[in-house]
Amino acid sequence: MAIKIKQLTHIYNEGTPFEKVALHDVNLHIKDGSFLGIIGHTGSGKSTLIQMFNGLLKPTRGEVYVKGINIHEDGVDKKHIRQSVGLVFQYPEYQLFEMTVYDDVAYGPKNLGLEGDALKERIESSLKAVGLDEEFWQKSPFELSGGQKRRVAIAGVLAMNPDILILDEPTAGLDPKGREELFSQLKEMHETRHLTIVLISHSMEDVARYVEELIVLYRGEIAFKGDTREVFKHRERLEEIGLGVPQIRHIMDALKEKGMLVDTDVLTVEEAASKLIACLEKEVNNA
Amino acid sequence: MKNIVEAKDLTFEYLIHDDQGKVEDTIIALDHINVTIKEGEFVAVLGHNGSGKSTFAKHLNGILSPKSGMLWVNNIDLSNGEHIWEVRKDVGMVFQNPDNQIVATIVEEDVAFGPENLGVEPSEIRKRVDEAIHTVEMDDYKRVSPNQLSGGQKQRIAIAGVIAMQPKCIIFDESTAMLDPIGRSQVMKTMQKLNKEQGITIIHITHYMQEAILADRIIVIDEGKVLLSGSPKEVFKNVEEIRRIGLDVPDSTYLIYLLRQKGYDLDPTLLTTKEVVDAIWQLKSNN
Repeated sequence: MAIKIKQLTHIYNEGTPFEKVALHDVNLHIKDGSFLGIIGHTGSGKSTLIQMFNGLLKPTRGEVYVKGINIHEDGVDKKHIRQSVGLVFQYPEYQLFEMTVYDDVAYGPKNLGLEGDALKERIESSLKAVGLDEEFWQKSPFELSGGQKRRVAIAGVLAMNPDILILDEPTAGLDPKGREELFSQLKEMHETRHLTIVLISHSMEDVARYVEELIVLYRGEIAFKGDTREVFKHRERLEEIGLGVPQIRHIMDALKEKGMLVDTDVLTVEEAASKLIACLEKEVNNA
Repeated sequence: MKNIVEAKDLTFEYLIHDDQGKVEDTIIALDHINVTIKEGEFVAVLGHNGSGKSTFAKHLNGILSPKSGMLWVNNIDLSNGEHIWEVRKDVGMVFQNPDNQIVATIVEEDVAFGPENLGVEPSEIRKRVDEAIHTVEMDDYKRVSPNQLSGGQKQRIAIAGVIAMQPKCIIFDESTAMLDPIGRSQVMKTMQKLNKEQGITIIHITHYMQEAILADRIIVIDEGKVLLSGSPKEVFKNVEEIRRIGLDVPDSTYLIYLLRQKGYDLDPTLLTTKEVVDAIWQLKSNN
């Protein structure tokens, strides 16, 4: 079990007029090797929840376990927890500061005490994992495009060698190609490094295409959790709570409503096309 | 109708300096670009990160000045970096990050900031602020502190601040990038309302193809040049060209493209969910 959250409640400014319950009695298990998405509208508690995962916030009530360790128990090494759970904030490229891409990625592992070949290996494999070739390594991070900067920042977190990688809207502000590249790289890291990945997204199309499981937060509680396809079956409820289903589902649902005998349960446009073709061909054969 | 923006051979370069301050490299961000935008038009500008679209937008209210070429905005000559204060009365800009554009501690004071700086009479300011807040449907939040608002609400306050200056044109520079689905649709509705009801010219820079459908015209910028310009139907039918430059087409258009690839006879300019659903239904009925 990568992360376990038990009866967690978090209240900001408790006991003041600005008191706000951000999370209410949340129970959650994230298995090792998950590729999980978190969706929910602004203020639903997503960012609060992910800051619980590496102990950046201490819950008002409840327990957080990382790899079986209760992280708020006395004597637990928080530094170790934060190395094991890497957190990539929104717009992480604003946190780049070194003269070269290479040095920026080196900052974390150096502080962990790595040196020599081990350090070199760590930096280079992290940069390669995010798809930044050698030609970029000696450049200033500020010469790079938005998407490239973001990948440098993610490489910096990867270089800490975390077991669990948490990302808060990793593709916000990236163009379609940048979004696709970043998601493909995350997927590959998940597959080849067996990294547990948890990410927040506002794009239903992106989570439908890439993540395996979904958590839907609504007003500080978990509204749905499960297989991505299963979660998106609840179109009505998802729309009620300010989210929705991928665009393509609107087309499929409308066709079904007209009377087409098609399986509407699709996650991507490609899948929709092949289901529609199967349906149209069947009609021809029957005719 | 008269032109509000007229750019002829507009060119802009970014200079990259080395450690000694000598120019090491130049990047041509806008390469002899020709664009005209009519008063009252709703234009979406698309392009990948680094294509030059934001550089172009920043010329329209004098944040950047052209290296060469001509630029007229609302009959003001911006070719030489002069008259920028005049043009900023007419052309407002809403940026990406809602937190970076709020200056006051109370919503209505924030909205009043612009007209105050223009030297508008106090009674007139009162009137404009009330109207602007009403237009963005935030009447209930006049005396609230902006830090208690959601991202979409903050963006609408930023828009109200621009409207209170009574501009003829508003540029939205990826103003929806950081918002959740509800926030995005709120801001899009506000844009459409300003365009339809008040005749304000809207220039919307976005990475969301679904938003670009709502525009009268789409301009696609690539490598500092205008690659495509036309109605959403005309532009999005070029599926392969658009994907080649790292952008995407709406899911509805892509579905039609995939079905056409398999030999189905469908009109490549279909765009809305309804059009696509009707066309596929027709196909089925013809079988």
